[in-house]
Amino acid sequence: MAMDAVEIERLIRDGIPGADVRIEDLRGDGDHYAAYVTAAAFKGKSRVAQHQMVYAALGGRMGNELHALALTTAATQD
Amino acid sequence: MDKTVEERIRRDITENDVVLYMKGTPVFPQCGFSAAVVQVLSHLGVKFKGIDILVDPALRQGIKEFTNWPTIPQLYVKGEFVGGCDIIRDMYESGELVQLLAEKGVAAQAAA
Repeated sequence: MAMDAVEIERLIRDGIPGADVRIEDLRGDGDHYAAYVTAAAFKGKSRVAQHQMVYAALGGRMGNELHALALTTAATQD
Repeated sequence: MDKTVEERIRRDITENDVVLYMKGTPVFPQCGFSAAVVQVLSHLGVKFKGIDILVDPALRQGIKEFTNWPTIPQLYVKGEFVGGCDIIRDMYESGELVQLLAEKGVAAQAAA
């Protein structure tokens, strides 16, 4: 099972309104991606909390259909 | 989650300053992400307890529920979940990891 970049991006955008999302396919096998997510909703949140928000947006796919997602998150600067 | 698994997790992260739930063992990591965190900890000379979740499916599921974190590896310092591979690598590169360890009173040599 694998996922494609467009679906990952859509899920994160739907789950974190206003997020700026960029997906990079690391190996072209549909299983190893990098995601760069910037969102105002991350402001004041720890890195762990920010990543948990992205995982929640992916609705349980992380660690299942999606084997590896190198995640970089940041709060939107004012 | 199974009560005994939760108790075991609590005991492990309380009795050991630094605990790494990983795939494989520190000497034979079975996954690149686990190996990367082992490398960071070894590079900093941090003593840690490696726990192989591959040999314990109940623990493998339980640890994910315990932290609401879907992947392995997972690093704990003084009973607190610090992060997975991405976060540990970011913190290592920014120097935050050495700072956190110092704050928690865990011996570490700042990378040369």
